[in-house]
Amino acid sequence: MEQVKVQIAVANAQELLQRMTDKCFKKCIGKPGSTLDNSEQKCIAMCMDRYMDAWNTVSRAYNSRLQRERARM
Amino acid sequence: MADFSSFDRPSMGSSENAEAAELQRLIAVEQQKAQFQAQVHNFTDVCWDKCIDKPSSKLDSRTETCLVSCVERFIDTTLAITNRFTQMVQKGTH
Repeated sequence: MEQVKVQIAVANAQELLQRMTDKCFKKCIGKPGSTLDNSEQKCIAMCMDRYMDAWNTVSRAYNSRLQRERARM
Repeated sequence: MADFSSFDRPSMGSSENAEAAELQRLIAVEQQKAQFQAQVHNFTDVCWDKCIDKPSSKLDSRTETCLVSCVERFIDTTLAITNRFTQMVQKGTH
């Protein structure tokens, strides 16, 4: 059973990582240069934090909607 | 994932059956959690594009409200489209 939980947690983390990379690349790297410059790295760090904030906000909103829908039934 | 069909064998004692049923229940709970998380990933993907312009040092309350409304309206849209589509199929007009 623990193994099932670990597998699900790993899959969840991979999904988050993949989507976050996609979104933050789009937001922070306008024209890819020869290196990730300082401002791009700062943008990536900030974008990651905000993406995880957004994920948590969305999770709470979805959860409360589910509870409201269940109460209506 | 293991094959759980063997748990249904009548040769098993009742305590083993109860154990198997409990395990299946626990796995169903984890599956539901995984489904919830997958849906949150999808919503975050869509709503990030709608609500976040430039990532700043904090999620401001306007962005937060936008994210919550985005989730609510996305679900409403899903329900509206599902309902209308069901009606279309039932009427057989399309």
